[in-house]
Amino acid sequence: MKQFLAFIKKEFHHIFRDVRTIMLIIGIPIAQILIIGFAVSTEVKNVKTAVYDPSNDISTQQIIQRLDASEYFDVVQLLQSPEDIDRLFKEGKIAFAVVFSEHFNENLYHNGGIAGQARNDKDGAAVQLIADASDPNQGLVATSYAANILGDYQQELLGRDRARPVPTMIIPQIQMLYNPEMQSSYNFVPGLMGLVFILICAMMTSIAIVREKETGTMEVLLASPMKPMYIVISKMVPYFIISWFTLILILLMSVFVLHVPIVGNLLWLNIFSLVYIIVALALGLLISTLVNTQVAALLASGMGLMMPFMILSGMIFPIASMPPVLQWVSCIIPARWYIAGVRKIMIEGASVQHIWTEMSVLIGMIVVILGISLKKFKTRLE
Amino acid sequence: MGKLNCNLLNKSYGEVHALKNISFEVQDGELFGLIGPDGAGKTTLFRILTSLLLADSGTGSVAGLDIVKDYKELRNHIGYMPGKFSLYPDLTVEENLKFFATIFNTTVEENYKLVKPIYSQIEPFKNRRAGKLSGGMKQKLALSCALIHKPEVLFLDEPTTGVDPVSRKEFWEMLRQLKNEGITIVVSTPYMDEANLCDRIALIQHGEILSIDTPEEIVTQFPKKLYRMPIVETQNIASLQLTQLRKNPDIESVFMFGEYLHVTFKNDAARANNDLPLQEITPTIEDCFIALMNRV
Repeated sequence: MKQFLAFIKKEFHHIFRDVRTIMLIIGIPIAQILIIGFAVSTEVKNVKTAVYDPSNDISTQQIIQRLDASEYFDVVQLLQSPEDIDRLFKEGKIAFAVVFSEHFNENLYHNGGIAGQARNDKDGAAVQLIADASDPNQGLVATSYAANILGDYQQELLGRDRARPVPTMIIPQIQMLYNPEMQSSYNFVPGLMGLVFILICAMMTSIAIVREKETGTMEVLLASPMKPMYIVISKMVPYFIISWFTLILILLMSVFVLHVPIVGNLLWLNIFSLVYIIVALALGLLISTLVNTQVAALLASGMGLMMPFMILSGMIFPIASMPPVLQWVSCIIPARWYIAGVRKIMIEGASVQHIWTEMSVLIGMIVVILGISLKKFKTRLE
Repeated sequence: MGKLNCNLLNKSYGEVHALKNISFEVQDGELFGLIGPDGAGKTTLFRILTSLLLADSGTGSVAGLDIVKDYKELRNHIGYMPGKFSLYPDLTVEENLKFFATIFNTTVEENYKLVKPIYSQIEPFKNRRAGKLSGGMKQKLALSCALIHKPEVLFLDEPTTGVDPVSRKEFWEMLRQLKNEGITIVVSTPYMDEANLCDRIALIQHGEILSIDTPEEIVTQFPKKLYRMPIVETQNIASLQLTQLRKNPDIESVFMFGEYLHVTFKNDAARANNDLPLQEITPTIEDCFIALMNRV
């Protein structure tokens, strides 16, 4: 036990005395959270909007005000003619346009309702929403936001004038489950966690073990009475502790910086994450038994793990839209199960029964990977 | 039974036959030297004896323990200092020593007496990172770390390679002291002049042991009378001189040794035939090594 503790202490010395290691394991998660959380935002905010409003009455004024007041739209131009719209889009000055029909307020009260599409201007209060769909995602989201604002307004009108006959109409009602504002960080935080732990655990442990081989200290350690298995486990412990610290850091940052709530059980989220961290550590151990140089360990964990983990884990591309072969391959990627589990427990607030499949798959992976690497680990030099 | 036995050890790396039927014995408390050039198989032999490698065939025991079957127990009783500096450069001198003491289930205090003569020399730098030490100091630290658990048998793989002559001399004095403490030491070196400092030596070349004996005995076994003659000043003429002598049918061998040529003749009569500025000398280990190498 004393040997074990001395080894762990030594390992912490290695980590804390190497600035690059510290940067790698603490800096990268923070940088990734900030970059992904803010810069690589796929959510729709402050869309530059132009309005053509030939009616200029109380209703259109109110709608324009609401659009402008919402954080999604920024009304930058009030147009004199609808012809300007095309030009402004092409010049990139706007990404969204709202066109009201003439006599909007009058038509609204007489003919009942806002039509979502421009129909014949004469027989309805019509409004046209034009979005720049070169980024289809953004276009779609902006349109649905605007439709929601219109819908809300109409609901209010109906509420105000109970006496009026209720006109039949279709109000587009779009509800974004779990992520009502479609915030991208909801999606990215679990994905990021899946990736960061592979980076810290698998990459750093494999490099740390292989470094001892490369510098020749492994030779001395193996010739010592210390059990080879202890050597490996004591290599993992510091990274396990640091990963836990990183996990807490990521969770704190996602709650307080990115405003992603943790809906589910915090304890189970931690336990589930620690299981995944052990999977990553086991992968690092496996790599270290297969390669002999730090560069090879870096390549194996960088290219061999990070790439498939990013592409096949469902972090970037939804698994459901992959061809069946890739879907099948994605089943052996631990991050796929982890990310799915974290989404359930953290964002959806599912209880532990719902992540039982993910949990058992990950535990099964630990058993298999550790089994293989223990079998492969050499108590001698070759 | 000696403190260390090995019997017909063989080891191949693919096509390369690194060790061929190596057998020898080291007595308790002996300072045993493995003398041979780079690539002779010294490191491979050390690794097999320290249970780090498995031989293809053959058996061995160290401190009464089988090097294959009892490898776990064996690792408690040996100290091993690999040829490459194998400590942690980012730990301080003191941390390295403490670490190795702990993983060998002991403390620095317990065996401080044993390492004191060596460690006291680097103790003023105990808070310096090991990577920042000079070559000689690194070797002293590595030796301290290999000794801290008071091993019965100490294996030192080329401890003086790349160390300055003064430190080398000091290092051998330390080995003498350790021998007096009763530790059996097996040391390898490519430097022939260090052979005389060992109790017994094995000359090893291409994975084969050429001869095992005390340095004195190896020297007396030199088969011929050995003469030396001065080299003519400039280098061009020296190589000319060498070629001419090698063409001489009476002469068996000529080698350059610093500013002299070492010459042996086929027989005494052949010596008498040649009028050269010769002086009879006692052969060195290197002369013996070359003679043995050529015989094989």
